[in-house]
Amino acid sequence: MRAVDAVMECLKAEGVDVVFGLPGGANLPTYDAFVDGGIRHILVRHEAGGGHAAQGYAKATGKVGVAFATSGPGATNLITPICDAMMDSVPVVFITGQVRTELLGTDGFQEADTIGITMPIVKHSFMIQNPLEIPRAIHEAFHIARSGRPGPVLVDIPQDLSRADIPYEPVSDVRLPGYQPTLEGNQKQIRQAAKALASAQRPVIYAGGGVVNANASEELIEFARSDRFPVTTTLMGLGAYPAQVDGTADPQWLGMLGMHGTRAANYAMDEADLICAVGARFDDRVTGKLSEFAPRAKFIHIDVDPAEISKNVPAHIPIVGDAKHVLAKLVVEYRALSADPARLAQWWERIEGWREKYPLGYEDSADSEIKPQYMVQALYEATGGQAIVTSDVGQHQMWAAQYYDFPAPRRWINSGGLGTMGFGLPAAMGAAVGCPDQLVCCIAGDGSVQMNAQELATCAQEQIPIKVFIMNNGYLGMVRQWQELFWDGRYSHVDTGKFPDWVKLAEAYGATGMRFEDKGTLVEDMKRAIATDGPVVVDVKVTREENTYPMIPAGQAAREMVG
Amino acid sequence: MGEPATKEPLSLEELQASGNLRTGRKHVLSILVENKSGVLTRIAGLFARRGFNIDTLTVGPTDDERISRVTLTVDGALHPIDQVTKQLHKLINVLKIRDLEPADTVSRELALFKISADGPQRGELMQITEIFRGKVVDVTKRSIIVEVTGTTEKIEAFESMVRPFGLIEMMRTGEIAIARGRGET
Ligand SMILES: Cc1ncc(C[n+]2csc(CCOP(=O)(O)OP(=O)(O)O)c2C)c(N)n1
Ligand SMILES: [Mg+2]
Repeated sequence: MRAVDAVMECLKAEGVDVVFGLPGGANLPTYDAFVDGGIRHILVRHEAGGGHAAQGYAKATGKVGVAFATSGPGATNLITPICDAMMDSVPVVFITGQVRTELLGTDGFQEADTIGITMPIVKHSFMIQNPLEIPRAIHEAFHIARSGRPGPVLVDIPQDLSRADIPYEPVSDVRLPGYQPTLEGNQKQIRQAAKALASAQRPVIYAGGGVVNANASEELIEFARSDRFPVTTTLMGLGAYPAQVDGTADPQWLGMLGMHGTRAANYAMDEADLICAVGARFDDRVTGKLSEFAPRAKFIHIDVDPAEISKNVPAHIPIVGDAKHVLAKLVVEYRALSADPARLAQWWERIEGWREKYPLGYEDSADSEIKPQYMVQALYEATGGQAIVTSDVGQHQMWAAQYYDFPAPRRWINSGGLGTMGFGLPAAMGAAVGCPDQLVCCIAGDGSVQMNAQELATCAQEQIPIKVFIMNNGYLGMVRQWQELFWDGRYSHVDTGKFPDWVKLAEAYGATGMRFEDKGTLVEDMKRAIATDGPVVVDVKVTREENTYPMIPAGQAAREMVG
Repeated sequence: MGEPATKEPLSLEELQASGNLRTGRKHVLSILVENKSGVLTRIAGLFARRGFNIDTLTVGPTDDERISRVTLTVDGALHPIDQVTKQLHKLINVLKIRDLEPADTVSRELALFKISADGPQRGELMQITEIFRGKVVDVTKRSIIVEVTGTTEKIEAFESMVRPFGLIEMMRTGEIAIARGRGET
């Protein structure tokens, strides 16, 4: 069969049910194969939208997302999603067309060195040089993308090779002698960790996106509750430990840590004597000034990627392994020690003190004005806390993280490592395709959402019923905040003005447009938007100059929190 | 430090942090890689991206045609060596990495020196070459080319000896290294 038909067979064998993409010259053969290939293809309006949609799909479902693009500009349009997937460890397979082999290296029409350009931002890539390699490369790409620390894998297929007639046999074994992720975790190290935890007076569990990736939320909860361990998560880990259980705040939950985390979480890290990091990578947005980060603590570091351990903060007890395996074993070891929970009483007193003194909060408006924080709380109420929520990047992202109390993993989908504006809308589209039975909302920034608003046409055409709530402050708000706080209030190019008219734009794209400006009716209005069929875009007018607090100014220590 | 096998809790004071080792010495990394296109670019790119400097680099075939060996040297004073090796391990085409202990390793480099040699100095040059067990591989009226094999130190010593004669050009292969004894590198 044609190599491109074999590609379709490979995708089906990998369980792929949808591909996001856009055709062009170099992948015309592939698109011909879609006609009878038996795989759903969603035509996006920009390849970046397709890439982010594949990410949203992957994050919401836990399966591998797939995005296709043609050579040259099609491939370069994928750079941001590829890099984003690398930074946030999202399993996505990108399949790009390439010019015919005879044109390679000649600056042929729409030739770009896709493999070269993407080399620093992929987990791995395959340049197809022989059509017989195609099936194996595709299967290996999926295996690499989803296993170990997940990430993006790219397969670049020259146009002529994709037309070759090849025998296709399903490939069931992958042969990657140089790639064998360690999953189990060293038992001795795990025992060592349990003993350290048993003697800790001021422990904190610091969990990250790795717990979500490993589907280890249950194990994390069990571990945390095997004693009264305080738990905080990173931006990427939100939902891995429930913020609320049946309407009441979970007593062990400290909230998110880091630059815009809670004081309780950051102060607890600061005073901890033992920090158990699981699937987290000590990012600078978490540590602040590294030399003053958690100065009293010893570190247990559990991660499937050995290169993360001791990269930024030296670990005392390193454990390489999959969070699910390691946490399950750690609970058993810890229980066997029958540590006395009473030793944590003083520590909890201290933490309760911070929680009482510094709850998350804001000053509500005296009139009908919608405060941005309230907008997130209203959405929580309107959705019963049960939506999958995606976001863009900026203030609205931080408020969403702070005020939408995620009850479960894979409900919060955002761009953490790369901080990609324009991520939220296409990611919501992908999540909604992957989880058709769930409500998917995007909390968008008025600046960010423009960067991939074209995908509204995709949503309208495919009837993908995402509900986009634009937190419209008329500013590139986060940049404005930094200019206000750290650049003497000299605003430089952050005012986004009042265009476009979002209601009209939504309607032009074939979606429903709404505008809400009154906090008194906001919850009911939101419910109405959610109940509306098909894609909906809501322009929510919020306070223009509100700052995201609390905040650790960049490069400072947790103690330096302001606001 | 509390033995892992006992039920004794582990006192936190006793724990030593591991990682981020700056050894302060030169490291010779011997890396087996799959012989596939782009592997060298991946390795070189990784070093550049993470801010590590490669001092020398050689690539050659092994007795298995699907596998090549890369030998490279890095300065452990400038780079936490475990970060280098961990990042290298993440490359899918990298099969095996060995950080060779200098004492347990035989390493060699080959160098070619083009030295100006017109007149009376020629004899003295020949003598030096002899002492270093070098080989004269080309002679013209005004220059000679000498081949020297040995450790990096030996080659550098030879270089400093012949420099005063007028060193026109020098080429070095970079080190290759093999572990002593019966075991494989
Ligand atoms: C593609 C991209 N360009 C620039 C930035 C820098 N940046 C970070 S937040 C931000 C403001 C985003 O504005 P908006 O989407 O309106 O969100 P707000 O902060 O107002 O909630 C900008 C420009 C970025 N993160 N991504
Ligand atoms: Mg804004």
